[in-house]
Amino acid sequence: MAMAQVAVEMPEVEPEETFKMLGRGVNVHYGDKQALFDVSLAIRANQVTSLIGPSGCGKSTFIRCLNRMNDVIEICRVAGDITLDGRDIYSPKIDAVELRARVGMVFQKANPFPKSIFDNVAYGPRIHGLASNKTDLEAIVVQSLSQAGLFEEVKDRLHAPGTSLSGGQQQRLCIARAIAVTPEVILMDEPCSALDPIATARIEELIDELRKDYTIVIVTHSMQQAARVSQYTAFFHLGVLVEEGETEFMFTTPRDQRTQDYITGRFG
Amino acid sequence: MNDHIVRSYDQELTELSDKVSQMGGLAEEQLGRALDALQRLDMDLAEAIVVADAKVDMLERNIEELAVLTIAKRQPMAQDLREIMVSIRIASDLERIGDLAKNIAKRTTALKEDRPLRIISGLGRMGRQALQQLKDVLDAYAEGDAEKATGVWRGDEAVDAMFNSLFRELLTYMMEDPRTIGPCTHLLFAAKNIERIGDHATNIAENIYYLVHGEQLDEDRPKSDVTSETAIDYTVANNS
Ligand SMILES: Nc1ncnc2c1ncn2[C@@H]1O[C@H](COP(=O)(O)OP(=O)(O)OP(=O)(O)O)[C@@H](O)[C@H]1O
Ligand SMILES: [Mg+2]
Repeated sequence: MAMAQVAVEMPEVEPEETFKMLGRGVNVHYGDKQALFDVSLAIRANQVTSLIGPSGCGKSTFIRCLNRMNDVIEICRVAGDITLDGRDIYSPKIDAVELRARVGMVFQKANPFPKSIFDNVAYGPRIHGLASNKTDLEAIVVQSLSQAGLFEEVKDRLHAPGTSLSGGQQQRLCIARAIAVTPEVILMDEPCSALDPIATARIEELIDELRKDYTIVIVTHSMQQAARVSQYTAFFHLGVLVEEGETEFMFTTPRDQRTQDYITGRFG
Repeated sequence: MNDHIVRSYDQELTELSDKVSQMGGLAEEQLGRALDALQRLDMDLAEAIVVADAKVDMLERNIEELAVLTIAKRQPMAQDLREIMVSIRIASDLERIGDLAKNIAKRTTALKEDRPLRIISGLGRMGRQALQQLKDVLDAYAEGDAEKATGVWRGDEAVDAMFNSLFRELLTYMMEDPRTIGPCTHLLFAAKNIERIGDHATNIAENIYYLVHGEQLDEDRPKSDVTSETAIDYTVANNS
């Protein structure tokens, strides 16, 4: 993928190295049905980008394109360019497993493995060979749990099953699991939709912390959450990227009527 | 603007803007009557104005409560949020206008005791100008007309200019005849109150602009109340 060409075509004069990931002309079909239409969106480094829009508009589809999670869906076809640090992630030279270590994902429903808390976090580093010995592995687990803001709550029961935790704790466990493989980008698809306001606040606080070290993309149905946690917001509607920009402006003075109607809860 | 999916949200916003308009109407009426009371030195009317100010204050509290409740319930965004913020701010300007009208009315009593002055007509003109500004800005609010609001915003210059000339005129009277100092001071305060009302109408105009466009009106308005820098020329008094 030719980055020079991208730089010429981008309307903004933002330096391209601020884009951790860049999707250009992304079209996605599920069988005959097209789910995304010519979506171009930049994911800026060390920023939180939130994807919002009505149900079925293609948010999950887009976020799953960013780490090739759509590969596992038989009928799904992805066309267009998506780059990570300027390198085409759909190129045959890219190993999808390795890509997913660099672009981690946290899902809507916390989905810990039926293993201990420790093993849930240790799983990734083990298969990617990130720790050379037991001490190293333990250090990674402790550090990841701490970064996810969970360590204090579970340090006395690291060998209890992950599923024995509360929903909010499980979600933070999944975040710890995602962090453990030291990804560069973390994708979160409605990470708080099953959580109470306190657990949600914890995750939001965590997202803010994580932004220092990672680039984050979050799908959320809560306008307030998007307004609180993200620096950039992209609004999708019927598979089209309608508008994107600084969160501050998206929620105060959106340009497009469809965005305005959606965020203020009006009929569109 | 399309309707909200939740109909009661639309009703709340409508109620809020209706209340602001109602409060605006009341403030306008209070100002009109205060100018009238001053002109005719009508003590009963002045008294009635002082009493009616409580209604203006009450409406401001109503608006504030409704706005806070709506924010808590709906977590408004974009245009909706601006509508609510602006209603709070306009209500606060209207409350101040009400107070200033009350203050003008109160001067009637003090002026009645002294001899009425011919200068009151100049004050009347200035008052009518401010009243017109207030009327226009309230119309602009009801119609969501930023253009009209900008017109009011520019028009404040005229009120300021009238205040400046009134100020000079009153100074001359006071220097010529110290017995007029009492009534002239009251008139000067009344004029200052009217000038402040013009400023509040200007604030309201800025808020309407923000409501409509989502950004602040950032042109420079020529500021022409220069009385704070006007030195009193005692030589005039000494020579007379
Ligand atoms: N595995 C699939 N097979 C077939 N169609 C799919 C599949 N996944 C998504 N779609 C379709 O693609 C479109 C976009 O779906 P997607 O899940 O991306 O929406 P979304 O914006 O994430 O919605 P929600 O907010 O409800 O999660 C929808 O019309 C959906 O029916
Ligand atoms: Mg989804």
